[in-house]
Amino acid sequence: MTPLVQGAELHAQEFVVRRSDLVAYAAASGDHNPIHQDEAVAVAVGLPGVVAHGMYTMALAARAVAEWTGDAEVLDLSCTFTHPVVVPEDGGATIRVGGVVKSVADDRVTLVLEVTCEGRKVLGAPKAVVRA
Amino acid sequence: MPIDASLVGREFPPTRPFVVTEEDVAAFAAATGTRSARVPATFPIVVTFRALLDFLEAEQVDLSRIVHGDQKFSYERPVRVGDELTATLTVTGLRQIDGADILRTTSAITDAEGGLVCRTGATLVHRGNA
Repeated sequence: MTPLVQGAELHAQEFVVRRSDLVAYAAASGDHNPIHQDEAVAVAVGLPGVVAHGMYTMALAARAVAEWTGDAEVLDLSCTFTHPVVVPEDGGATIRVGGVVKSVADDRVTLVLEVTCEGRKVLGAPKAVVRA
Repeated sequence: MPIDASLVGREFPPTRPFVVTEEDVAAFAAATGTRSARVPATFPIVVTFRALLDFLEAEQVDLSRIVHGDQKFSYERPVRVGDELTATLTVTGLRQIDGADILRTTSAITDAEGGLVCRTGATLVHRGNA
């Protein structure tokens, strides 16, 4: 585990998301929006294809935070959803989560993340604050 | 159909209590490959999503026309298995851009004793019928 000191760069993690993961996530989260499972519906509402739940990508960011911090307590977690993650039927999509320790103050560690898919940022200003 | 602007400021009724079970947490963690002794940090979306569905049903908005714009969780304490959680959703803002409704919401997630567990904020983009 990388020590959580200001400026520390956190080892980037890659996760593959497949349509079967979106089906499992829909069941677990209750979000059965068909744009995450049904190509025809996704295209009908103007999306390029089946897209991952934004919350799926955010959960992967939280997963990376848990691994970097040794499962620290999360105090704040936020992001914007800037670009949809299109998940092809074959092979899925690869999400890469990188991060830097922005600050350490008292018992709070602020991590600034970078979450990309095929080199493109899919989350805007993803940030986590954990208890040190 | 645009969303009714008079919704701004309105607090919707609390969701039915949701009891967090080991199975719920395990299914949520497994779907995202998370191996953690804690309840995943984004898990409260399970509760706020129920509040959202109630809201969409009340306003007769089709879920497939909703895209998530942003999301924030601010914790007072971690969620634990056995918690009985309720979400109370408030519409805090609404504006129209290019035929889409940009809806700002906040939800307070409270436990069985009424104690605040987490505040969430979400922007939802409603793309109207083309």
